[in-house]
Amino acid sequence: MFKQFSDSTTNTIEVVLNGQAIQVTQGISVAAMILAQGLRFNRTTPVSNSKYAPFCMMGVCYDCLMVIDGKPNQRACSIRVKQGMKIDTQQGVGPALRTSVGG
Amino acid sequence: MKTDVLIIGAGLMGASTALHLAMRGCQCIVIDKASPGRHASGSNAGGLRQLNRDPAEIPLTVEAARMWQNIESLVDSDCDARFTGQLRVAENQSDMDKLEQRAALLRSMGYQHEEMIGKQALYQLVPALSPHCVGGLICRHDGYARPYHALTAFRRKAESLGVVFHPCTEAYHIEQTGEDWQLHTSKGDFSSNILVNCAGAWAGQLADLLNEPVPLTPKALMLMVTERLPHFVDPVMGAASRKLSFKQMQNGTLIIGGALVAKLDFELEKTQIDWLQLANSAKTVIDFFPQLSNVRIIRAWAGIEGFLPDAIPVISASQTAKNAYHAFGFSAHGFQLSPVVGRILSQLILDGQSELPIEPFNISRFAQKKS
Amino acid sequence: MDNHYQLLIIGAGPAGLAAATTASRLGVSCALLDEQPEPGGQIYRSIESVSGQRAQTLGSEYLRGKQLAKAFRDCDAAYFPETQVWSLNNQRQVGILHKEESKIITADQILVASGAMERPVPFPGWTLPGVMQAGAGQILFKSAGMIPDDGVVLAGSGPLLLLLAWQYMHAGVEIKAILDVTPLSNHLLALPKLPKALLAHQYLSKGLAYQKELRRAGVKTKIGVSSLQANGEEYLESVSYNHFSRQQTIETDVLLTHFGVIPHIWLTQSAGCHHIWDKHQQCWRPQHDEWGKTSIDGILVAGDGAGINGARSAEHAGRLAGLQAVYALRVITRQERDEQAVNDRKWMLDDRHIRPFLEAYFAIPDEILATPDNHTIICRCEEVTAGEIRNAVKNGHGDSNQVKFLTRCGMGPCQGRQCANAVAHIVADAGGAPVSDQSHFRGRPPVTPLTLAQLASLSEADTQ
Ligand SMILES: Cc1cc2nc3c(=O)[nH]c(=O)nc-3n(C[C@H](O)[C@H](O)[C@H](O)COP(=O)(O)OP(=O)(O)OC[C@H]3O[C@@H](n4cnc5c(N)ncnc54)[C@H](O)[C@@H]3O)c2cc1C
Ligand code: FES
Repeated sequence: MFKQFSDSTTNTIEVVLNGQAIQVTQGISVAAMILAQGLRFNRTTPVSNSKYAPFCMMGVCYDCLMVIDGKPNQRACSIRVKQGMKIDTQQGVGPALRTSVGG
Repeated sequence: MKTDVLIIGAGLMGASTALHLAMRGCQCIVIDKASPGRHASGSNAGGLRQLNRDPAEIPLTVEAARMWQNIESLVDSDCDARFTGQLRVAENQSDMDKLEQRAALLRSMGYQHEEMIGKQALYQLVPALSPHCVGGLICRHDGYARPYHALTAFRRKAESLGVVFHPCTEAYHIEQTGEDWQLHTSKGDFSSNILVNCAGAWAGQLADLLNEPVPLTPKALMLMVTERLPHFVDPVMGAASRKLSFKQMQNGTLIIGGALVAKLDFELEKTQIDWLQLANSAKTVIDFFPQLSNVRIIRAWAGIEGFLPDAIPVISASQTAKNAYHAFGFSAHGFQLSPVVGRILSQLILDGQSELPIEPFNISRFAQKKS
Repeated sequence: MDNHYQLLIIGAGPAGLAAATTASRLGVSCALLDEQPEPGGQIYRSIESVSGQRAQTLGSEYLRGKQLAKAFRDCDAAYFPETQVWSLNNQRQVGILHKEESKIITADQILVASGAMERPVPFPGWTLPGVMQAGAGQILFKSAGMIPDDGVVLAGSGPLLLLLAWQYMHAGVEIKAILDVTPLSNHLLALPKLPKALLAHQYLSKGLAYQKELRRAGVKTKIGVSSLQANGEEYLESVSYNHFSRQQTIETDVLLTHFGVIPHIWLTQSAGCHHIWDKHQQCWRPQHDEWGKTSIDGILVAGDGAGINGARSAEHAGRLAGLQAVYALRVITRQERDEQAVNDRKWMLDDRHIRPFLEAYFAIPDEILATPDNHTIICRCEEVTAGEIRNAVKNGHGDSNQVKFLTRCGMGPCQGRQCANAVAHIVADAGGAPVSDQSHFRGRPPVTPLTLAQLASLSEADTQ
């Protein structure tokens, strides 16, 4: 879908995308990164399980929600990639909440 | 326009009263200065709670609970009602003692619906709860419904029986000629044999017009709602000695409340969220459910409701005028009562009496205060 | 960060930057907040870090932002990037989130310069991955140096479409087509406004020059396109449309759409500022005077957040609002304010000549705004369709807020930003409340979602 324009800086960092360690351009948003990686969707919707991808890239639409460092519902277009960041596609409402041991 | 019964206020009380009257063949008009469910009835937390009610309300709430279980037969919709129980959690022994006392009171009155549970049962029911709690008081038949959907179902069923709703119609002058009522509104004149005041937080103004002032205080109660979450809790959660009230709806969102009062400009009907109170509420939620720390609040709002000093409503015939009736002052817990209140009013109007004990709700209890 | 400032400015686009620079040079204690990591706003996004070659491709207008950002960096205003404003009320209390901590700060004067967002216009298939707003394409280009690698279809109406096409062309992107949905009748309707517009001819000549260059490069522009539709099983595969009664389809995996921009009013709305429906700009905007004063004392607006007038105008409006704030703080006299405002006021006046023409020329036809077919999703978050909204209206839910209560449209994480406009139009078209000052969803704070932990971090001291 998208590729990086030839002038782009070549400084890279490592992130873990859906469990796989990859080298990505430094300084770009997580949403830009996944598009550059050829990932066609970042989440499935809680209502109909449809696939959604970034739409506005400016923090307005909330279509770009992903699980970032374990936290669901993060706006991928408004967060920049960081060394070691763990990024996962979000399924519906996101991973189950931890239940405490109780008893 | 002429009708048998004219109801002011298209909230749940007005709609339910109209429905019950229409079921018995009465002709009704409901007017509202805004739109149906614009205020408390559309913006409340949707809790169906018998748990911890004032003793005077118990016969009503128990009957209302029966009606909710069967709500579809009344309004052709289940109103998204779910009966997952309501729970008050104890964090220590003194909480437990307090809850025990409450359960004993109910037993002494001959009711069984509030039941003590120990630690093990508590965590079986709510495994997500922080481990420090020790037990609780539960009402298993309680639950929640979707308020605006319920209001809509009541309205639509009433309409199907001939009731007419007039939105954007504000009553500003009332006159009684003979036994009939003339009402001047922003959309013209209405007349009727019977007048019913279901005007929520504004009902005090109408009571004034009937010369029976009541100490009704409008307040704006805040709620906040989260994004959709994976299912993690069934019962509606409360606590014995802290301001906690929240539930997870069918769609996964959490509705968080608990008697949090916003700033209110009643004249302008403008409310302003008090973030500090919501922050405290957020802290309380996290104390009980630490795993909710990273859950996001999507919206907060405040709904305007009428409060009476003794926190129980007025459900009664007028003491000053013939053919006038009141139902207001539900003090933030009228949603659950709404089916039965409509029935009670229909009985008062058509039979002159109600089958349930409603003496504690008589408007005359405020009259003696007058010097 | 202090708990109180004389002037607090929200938004570091041209309006906010100009206001902050103006006010702080006059000695006012002033803070500028923005959620982006760098100053520049939408138009001059990444202006401080962008590479030389990319900047060239973006054009000379873009480079103008460099001077603005530099002047701002040289002044004394405090700057808090990556800071989210989540609430604003009529007491001028501002809820902010900075480094995961929430705080409520106050100011004597507040300037909301929160800019614009793209006008969301639903059409069949617009939720498919691969369909994006044109602004998203630009942001990818400006801040990540990314361009479509297998061609792109551009569709919609408005100057940005042309600008993006021009930028893409220079970056070597294959432009499969530009589908212009501007109705041909707009040209006629706009004609009477043209003579006045010629007074601000620089816009027109620039637009014409872009068009000429694109044509020369062989880019196909289809005018008078209707029935735009995105197709695909799970992802965008093709775009179809109607052109002079012929159904056409183009295969593509990227479709960028643009239907003009509208003010981002969530903050002013939550503060309770009076908003009006501007029928020429087809959007709600806060009511304000020429200095940016809103209906609430001490709350000012400037830039596209006040009404759509573009980047140059935003800069001037920002300076005017800055001067007004400084005057309201009694640091300068009314006369000093007026003297320093002469150039900016003149510029604004001249610029106003072009607007009626542009607005009439690029007006989005009502049938696009109000009548997407029943299956089209209107609320992207809660996936509510046009049909469900029409049904609600038919069943007596006569305004946007009642429709929202019933259907949950507008209740998702975007808080109605993507559907408020469309819902108001569909409700009106279906016989409900007309589109008016009141037909917007009622604002429900927070303006951006806040976690329970972030909210809980708010403490008593913060609100003193
Ligand atoms: C935030 C909040 C949470 C709540 N949570 C719960 C809960 O979980 N469980 C529970 O049981 N209860 C709850 N409640 C209480 C419950 O919502 C109310 O007790 C109930 O809805 C009251 O219904 P009503 O019809 O009396 O009032 P309303 O719904 O307020 O209706 C009154 C109507 O009268 C109209 N009106 C007023 N004056 C005039 C006039 N002069 N002319 C024409 N029209 C007029 C108003 O516009 C309004 O629509 C809550 C309330 C709030 C605010
Ligand atoms: S893409 Fe719209 S919010 Fe991120």
